[in-house]
Amino acid sequence: MSDASTDVSFVERQSFIELHARERATALFDPGAARELVGPFDRVESPWLPLQGVTPQADDGCVVMKGRIAGRPAVVVALEGAFQGGSLGEVSGAKMTAALDLARADSESGQPTPAVLLLETGGVRLQEANLGLAAIAEIMASILALRAHAPVITVIAGTVGCFGGMSLAAGLSSYIVMTREARLGLNGPEVIEQESGIEEFDPSDRALIWAINGGEQRYATGLADTLVEDDTQQIAAAVKDLVAKGVPSVHRSSQVALYRERIRALDPSRQWDPKELRASWGRRGDE
Amino acid sequence: MERIEFDYPARHQVSRRAHVGVVGSGDLEVLLEPTQGDRAHVLVRTSVAGFRNTWKAVLDRFFAKYHGAVRIEINDAGATPGSVLLRLEQAVEASEP
Repeated sequence: MSDASTDVSFVERQSFIELHARERATALFDPGAARELVGPFDRVESPWLPLQGVTPQADDGCVVMKGRIAGRPAVVVALEGAFQGGSLGEVSGAKMTAALDLARADSESGQPTPAVLLLETGGVRLQEANLGLAAIAEIMASILALRAHAPVITVIAGTVGCFGGMSLAAGLSSYIVMTREARLGLNGPEVIEQESGIEEFDPSDRALIWAINGGEQRYATGLADTLVEDDTQQIAAAVKDLVAKGVPSVHRSSQVALYRERIRALDPSRQWDPKELRASWGRRGDE
Repeated sequence: MERIEFDYPARHQVSRRAHVGVVGSGDLEVLLEPTQGDRAHVLVRTSVAGFRNTWKAVLDRFFAKYHGAVRIEINDAGATPGSVLLRLEQAVEASEP
């Protein structure tokens, strides 16, 4: 146990992970300054899930809110990790794409509108396979169009994490905010085991998974921009800072030469250790 | 997925709609909306088939104490009867000014 003041702050903080998508989105806006778009009472739900015997959710697990962050117009799109693993289907994908496109239209007409994506998702919703894949392609195109005018900020708080196609969307965003509890990766640990065997990646080895996909490692290797505690105020403050910071001079995903060189320098014939990767990819001055 | 519908008599009007819960494992989502007239209508969509009698028992108990004229939609992912009652009471609380 550490000193008493640390314990008090741990008890008093409001967990962000424990909030559902709607509460998470609301918590990021300036007080009283947000409204929901295409909410549950509009009943735009998945037409495909009931056909397959799966109970749908009235908002399809995607909450879109418009309001102000740090006094500026902003849109927040939050995926509900508890509903179908936060997966992207036709409806939730269309909601996210439309929100990003409206933010771009506002930005182009002189009202820069950053977007904050709260991603708790395993990626494409398998029950809506091709429509989910198409949705993620559209989301990526819309992120690229918006990020030229206003920052796109991805927050991965946990505990679902961000995997599959949506990890590509996270990779295209201007900034990524993560907690230590969060994970970010293309293939989830279970998928890797299924495809390549348990010798390749053991999904029951939690320490191994977090050492590779966890927020701390992603931050230490420069693949995430801000590492935060699971604390609603701290996460809201981090988002405010990045909204104020605006569009970065160079997006991470534009640094093709840098990452090509880094990957080229890795010797795939031997097993790399997460700590070694930190040493060679680490942020300057942080180690 | 099974669809089950129920009707109950209602005695008073309700001023606000309310939405609570998530369709996550062991949980459910409740949408409660005011309606005109003297009936309450409930539509249940549940991932677990074959529990019509249990749903009726839970809703009978709920409507023995609640008499609002509402349309309630429940999207259920295998919640226990106790969780269902708590979510219904939470929705009523959220619909009261």
